[in-house]
Amino acid sequence: MRKAFRTASGEVREVLRDFSTSLAVGKIHALVGPSGYGKTTALRIVIGLDRDFEGMVTLPLGTKIGMVFQEPRLLPWRSVLDNLRLAAPRASEANLVRIATDLGIAGHLRYFPGELSLGLARRVALARAFAVDPNFLVLDEPFVSLDAALAMRLGDELVALVEHTEVTTLLVTHDIDEAIRLADHIMLLGGRPAKIVADFDIAFPRAAMTANYAAKIKAQIGAVIAEAVA
Amino acid sequence: MLLRILSLLLLIAIWQAASMLAASRLLPEPLAVVDVMLREARSGALFFNLGTTLARVAISFALAMFFGTLFGILMGRSVTLDRLGDPWLVVLLNLPALVIIVLAYIWIGLTDTAAILAVALNKLPNATVTIREGARSLDAGLEEMATVFAMPWQTRLRHVLLPQLAPYVAAATRSGLSIVWKIVLVVELLGRSNGVGFEIGTAFQVFDVALLLAYALPFVGIMLAIESFLVQPFEQHVSRWRIKTA
Repeated sequence: MRKAFRTASGEVREVLRDFSTSLAVGKIHALVGPSGYGKTTALRIVIGLDRDFEGMVTLPLGTKIGMVFQEPRLLPWRSVLDNLRLAAPRASEANLVRIATDLGIAGHLRYFPGELSLGLARRVALARAFAVDPNFLVLDEPFVSLDAALAMRLGDELVALVEHTEVTTLLVTHDIDEAIRLADHIMLLGGRPAKIVADFDIAFPRAAMTANYAAKIKAQIGAVIAEAVA
Repeated sequence: MLLRILSLLLLIAIWQAASMLAASRLLPEPLAVVDVMLREARSGALFFNLGTTLARVAISFALAMFFGTLFGILMGRSVTLDRLGDPWLVVLLNLPALVIIVLAYIWIGLTDTAAILAVALNKLPNATVTIREGARSLDAGLEEMATVFAMPWQTRLRHVLLPQLAPYVAAATRSGLSIVWKIVLVVELLGRSNGVGFEIGTAFQVFDVALLLAYALPFVGIMLAIESFLVQPFEQHVSRWRIKTA
């Protein structure tokens, strides 16, 4: 697909061209690229928030999206529990509490979002995405601006939930290490206008991954990036 | 609170002193006003007229707020509608209340419909402008969130849209009530045969200041009570989620 913006000065700027991919069911896909290369744009097109583009997006019938935005985007005037309920009116109370417990926010269900730290608010956003029992989970830099240890821990919690529910996941990130640590499949975004310049299937994802293997993948990605820049 | 009560007592004391100095029928003592008030209360006229006026206030206020909110949201969300509606709004904002009232009576007749419509039309542009301001500053991020999570429109209205507009609705309510109840009296004076405004008009014709105050003061009291026991608690309720700074 192709996406062009009309800039404030009136000229047309192409952001994405020949962007094409397909996502395997039940896998974690990471879309990796530097800031400003249209990752979020691509993601907004995929989930239908942006309809002004050329091309085609096909989602299976009955796709239920669970989304985690870059900012938590919680309703500040509703309690944490109400935020979950409103997004997932059909989820049972027990289910919501279980998800909240998995993410370590069970003690904060009565709080208003403004009373939470950013880390907690992000957990609530994750909980909300899982609460709708999605078959397509979309995450836009969900751990950005958290400290490394917390980002690591939330990443592990995310993986545990995804492996448990076998939901198809699209993770957008600029962090190559994070992508290697979490994904089954990495798509590298590059060029201007941007498209997917390389694909990597991770043969031994997550728990099965050894430090050696991770280093090898990272070296491959580094080589592609070096080539793209050259 | 104590200071406020003291200040109010001081006002009454000054009134008492002034009336004793003037010793005129045109500035009766506070107790004389209370006497008239009791007399009107016993005959039932006070409650009937207060009730009639309050009903007119309530209906015209509700009409103005409902349509003001509706138009405000539409104009705040759509540039086209804003351009279409804005000139009307400017005309209505700058049309003197008296002109609207007189025209309503001429065109519709000396009826309650005309009275209520005239009051509502006076308040409508005001409410629309305030709510439009709110609709312009809506959070696009939350709207996208509601879209992605496929929230039904009732949920979006009640939990996403209206809470964002609540401070603006509260502001429109506050300024709206004070406009409406003042205009209702004028409307009654000009074209109705009951209500507080009509009674004040009668009192004016015979220069009966005691009767005038006997109707005006309870009415002011009721409006103040509505403001402090309904409007302010509502404002506090809708802003309870904000972090308290104190």
